[in-house]
Amino acid sequence: MNTALRRVIFFIALLALWEISYRLNLHLEFTPVRSFPNVLGVLEQLYIGFFGEHKILLFAVLTSMKRLIVGFILALIIGTLLGIMLARYKVVDETLGALIIALQSIPSIVWLPLAMIWFGRNDMAIIFIMVIGGTWSMALNTRMGFKNVQPLLIKAAQTMGYSGFPLFRKVMFPASIPYALTGARLAWAFNWRALIAAELLATGGLGHTLQYAADFFNMNLVVAIMVIISILGIIADQLFFQRVEKRVLTRWGLERA
Amino acid sequence: MELELKDVSKTFDKDGQPYQVFSDVTLSVPSGQFVSLLGPSGCGKSTLLNIVAGLEEATTGQVLLNGQPITGPGPDRGVVFQEPALMPWLNVLENVTFALKALGKEEREERAINYLKLVHLSKFIKAYPHELSGGMRQRVAIARALAMDPHILLMDEPFGALDEQTRMMLHKELLAIWSQTKKTILFVTHNIREAVQLSDRIVLMGTRPGRIIKVFEVHLPRPRLATDPEVARLEEEIMDLLGVEIEKVMKEEMGDEYGAEKGHLLHRTSSLVGD
Ligand SMILES: Nc1ncnc2c1ncn2[C@@H]1O[C@H](COP(=O)(O)OP(=O)(O)O)[C@@H](O)[C@H]1O
Ligand SMILES: [Mg+2]
Repeated sequence: MNTALRRVIFFIALLALWEISYRLNLHLEFTPVRSFPNVLGVLEQLYIGFFGEHKILLFAVLTSMKRLIVGFILALIIGTLLGIMLARYKVVDETLGALIIALQSIPSIVWLPLAMIWFGRNDMAIIFIMVIGGTWSMALNTRMGFKNVQPLLIKAAQTMGYSGFPLFRKVMFPASIPYALTGARLAWAFNWRALIAAELLATGGLGHTLQYAADFFNMNLVVAIMVIISILGIIADQLFFQRVEKRVLTRWGLERA
Repeated sequence: MELELKDVSKTFDKDGQPYQVFSDVTLSVPSGQFVSLLGPSGCGKSTLLNIVAGLEEATTGQVLLNGQPITGPGPDRGVVFQEPALMPWLNVLENVTFALKALGKEEREERAINYLKLVHLSKFIKAYPHELSGGMRQRVAIARALAMDPHILLMDEPFGALDEQTRMMLHKELLAIWSQTKKTILFVTHNIREAVQLSDRIVLMGTRPGRIIKVFEVHLPRPRLATDPEVARLEEEIMDLLGVEIEKVMKEEMGDEYGAEKGHLLHRTSSLVGD
């Protein structure tokens, strides 16, 4: 039996177990019936949300994605620049570097109250939270990447007449890409979590729809949104980041093909 | 007179203490010669080569290339290290054109392909370094260094990380390339046999203090078979001198244990001839 088949069977069994518990609860009422989501109800909510009259899930996904992409790109740019500064200037590393390590261990959602006061209850505040969430790991990994460039590659390039900016652009930068990629993957994961958390408390997007569904006691919708969030996360991580990372690691000779 | 070193010494700062690697190195390498620097590890061969490459500065003395002092790395000196030092994200062709940034794209590729032909890799120009064997990678590194058309090729134990068969093949290839291109070659090795097989001149270096012990002119015809009595005699002579140097290092590193290990050590010394 191959892995794919085992997985399919496992998930079907899981869904069956869920449906059975739902039906048992219908008769025995361990918990109020309407607070117990069921498989068909979730599928129905997904269908209505994407193809029904108001398409609330579709719009929520689009809003969240827009924020996510903007936040991610900003985190990449700021993180890379910070990382280069940390790697390049010892003073920056000893001062700002310490601050970044401290900030990295704080969940970025704690910035939300400040962000809402500064920017209002809007996109800006949410994107701010995401940038705060993703930038630090991008910066620290980029720094690592530059610090770990093999000295021999730099020496070899110097013997071929490279120095200064060309050396940076043609050797240091490409050599650090595997680390930057790890940084980007982490940044994306932090962005994603920060986004949903911020939207739960602020406005618009999947997080807000989740809050709304809970307020209206629509547990099927709650689970439908959970499904969307996990599917989007899996697509980005498995289909994009892991593939790119594997290709890069192989080419860079860091992993057997 | 192509490369000239006059009274060169190098002192590193080792844990706050000055540490002199070698001193009084005086040597001239005429155009087109194949010169080996041979000596026990730690005697400063790489340091000396790096000074010529312009990657390190001599503490005292003069290093002149065609009469000009060396102030930094330059395309007039191609360097091949023990590790191939290829850019893993570039394919074979791109790795060679990497060294030719001053030229236009077409000329760059044409020249790179020519040099890749010279090292018999024209079939692999699209391959990435991780897809090549160690010997092939080192050949790319040699093609890359040659493509700059340097006056002198500096090689730091370029075949030290390869297996015996591959190394013997590359010796042949290197000699063929050398006779074809007429480059001056400064070749670092700690392997007596390798030095004897390849060189016009062998510069034997000793350690503690680091210095040139003796210079051998080798006029024997190539290929030099190990069974040739002249070749064997030269190897033996070098081994005797080198053995003294190695014993010095061992004595210093092992202290009192040295006597007990002596039998073992002699064996180790003779294995220097082989690899
Ligand atoms: N950058 C450096 N700083 C301090 N000591 C060094 C440095 N590079 C080499 N050395 C020392 O100089 C000596 C000679 O090294 P090296 O030239 O690599 O010898 P070889 O190539 O003959 O084995 C060694 O003792 C080594 O530890
Ligand atoms: Mg060395």
